Amino acid sequence: MNTYLRYELKRTFRNRRLVIVSLGFPLVLYFLIAAPNRNEHDLGGTGISAPVYFMVSLVAFGAMNAVLGSGIRVATERQAGWNRQLRLTPLTTRAYFRTKVIVGYGMALATIASVYVAGAIVGVRLGAAHWVEMTLLILVGLVPFAALGILLGHLVSSDSIGPTIGGVTALLSFLGGVWFPVGSSGVLHYVAQALPSYWLVQASHVGIGGGGWSGTGWIVIFAWTAIAARLAMRAYARDTGRG
Amino acid sequence: MTAAGGIELRGLTKTYRTSSGPIEAVRGIDVSIEPGETVALLGPNGAGKSTTIDMLLGLLPPDGGTVSVFGRSPADAVSAGLVGGMLQTGNLIRDLTVRELMLQLASLYPRPRDVDETIAEVGIEQIAGQLTQKLSGGQGQRVRFALALVTNADLLVLDEPTVAMDVESRHAFWTTMRQIAAGGRTILFATHYLEEADAYADRAVLMAQGAVVADGPTTEIKAMVGTRTIRTTLPDVALEQLEQLPGVGHVERRGESVALACTDSDAAIRALLGAFPQARDIEIGGAGLEEAFLELTSRA
Repeated sequence: MNTYLRYELKRTFRNRRLVIVSLGFPLVLYFLIAAPNRNEHDLGGTGISAPVYFMVSLVAFGAMNAVLGSGIRVATERQAGWNRQLRLTPLTTRAYFRTKVIVGYGMALATIASVYVAGAIVGVRLGAAHWVEMTLLILVGLVPFAALGILLGHLVSSDSIGPTIGGVTALLSFLGGVWFPVGSSGVLHYVAQALPSYWLVQASHVGIGGGGWSGTGWIVIFAWTAIAARLAMRAYARDTGRG
Repeated sequence: MTAAGGIELRGLTKTYRTSSGPIEAVRGIDVSIEPGETVALLGPNGAGKSTTIDMLLGLLPPDGGTVSVFGRSPADAVSAGLVGGMLQTGNLIRDLTVRELMLQLASLYPRPRDVDETIAEVGIEQIAGQLTQKLSGGQGQRVRFALALVTNADLLVLDEPTVAMDVESRHAFWTTMRQIAAGGRTILFATHYLEEADAYADRAVLMAQGAVVADGPTTEIKAMVGTRTIRTTLPDVALEQLEQLPGVGHVERRGESVALACTDSDAAIRALLGAFPQARDIEIGGAGLEEAFLELTSRA
């Protein structure tokens, strides 16, 4: 692992408050929501048990937050003027983004693992292949959030980035069906389908042997990634100013 | 890798658009710096020093003109690891120790200096294990200097490097700087302290209002802007009389006291005491650079 990345991971995981909140919050919510409904085998007509559904939905919530958290690190580095310092080094734009994404994913993986453990405690039992496939889908579904985090980090100042990312996560979680399953018709259903958070939550279908995403899912994830990444690149290029 | 050619700025211009109309920060400047030279970029606040440095480093695209760093574009020089800098704005990123931060930054350069040696050179052994967010302002500034050094880059650009330092660390800073300059490195530093430019640079480039108003050996520059001001309590003396004293340029009255801007303060003080022995509370001070620059630019 290269030295730059190693120290970026080190300093992110050294921020104890951040680690505790990122890992702790989804866990607490999971136990609060899933444990009382542990015997619900068909949550809201989805055909999925409550422990599985909420395990994946809270993994989505926590991982979304973790990956968007790159934006907080970008914004604070910008505020400190550290991005200017980095631009005097041979570190390429690509490597800078790659490192931010890897660090976000590192945090996301920690969240995913901890909520999976909580799921197992509440009673989720899946085959190994399902765990793996579900996890892979979630990791792919997080890509647009990584780009979105970097974009927001370049657009929003460091004092408002926290609330902004909190708000984005809350809204996307709500509309994407983190707190309750989205109905299979109606306006909300159509809105939800256009959101990457919805498809993250939908990864739970894999857990019961259902298929992965429909074509729409892949298109939505791809489109969000392409647009957010393009905008993030542009914001980065424009952001040469001081502080 | 050896540096071919030095730094060339040709016809550089930059205008910022603001809500109160455009501001011409840099108005067509030409500067050449030879490899191995230490050059001070001298000027008051708002002279365009930082804008010039940003364009030299490729952080800001110029509106007009060209920049060449060792025969390359700024971006190429940066990606080849030829540039190290200590920028004016900025804090250190948090949650790493000083040593870790240095290791991290050094790892980005092709042939960095040894981190522990650099720590010793800059004299920050005591704080090397501390987290960066626990440092005082002065300590942070020394760490930023250590970060610039550890890159071992051919060109070091320092934007007002001693601005937050006390006298002692300022001295230590320049001592270390000198040892490094001896290594054939090209150094450009911005400052608004004439004394710093005089003591540590081979050459000074004077900027005022976005233009280069003088460029030459520091002794020459010093003679140009090295005016001093004599202040004294001296009521009931006409300003015209004072202006006729040898070595005195412009005279201003503030209440009972007068300020004499001098071209030769030694001659002026002798003549003043001879002609007006009643003068009290005499102070002789270096003229602020701002005043000196205003004078220079109004002459131009």
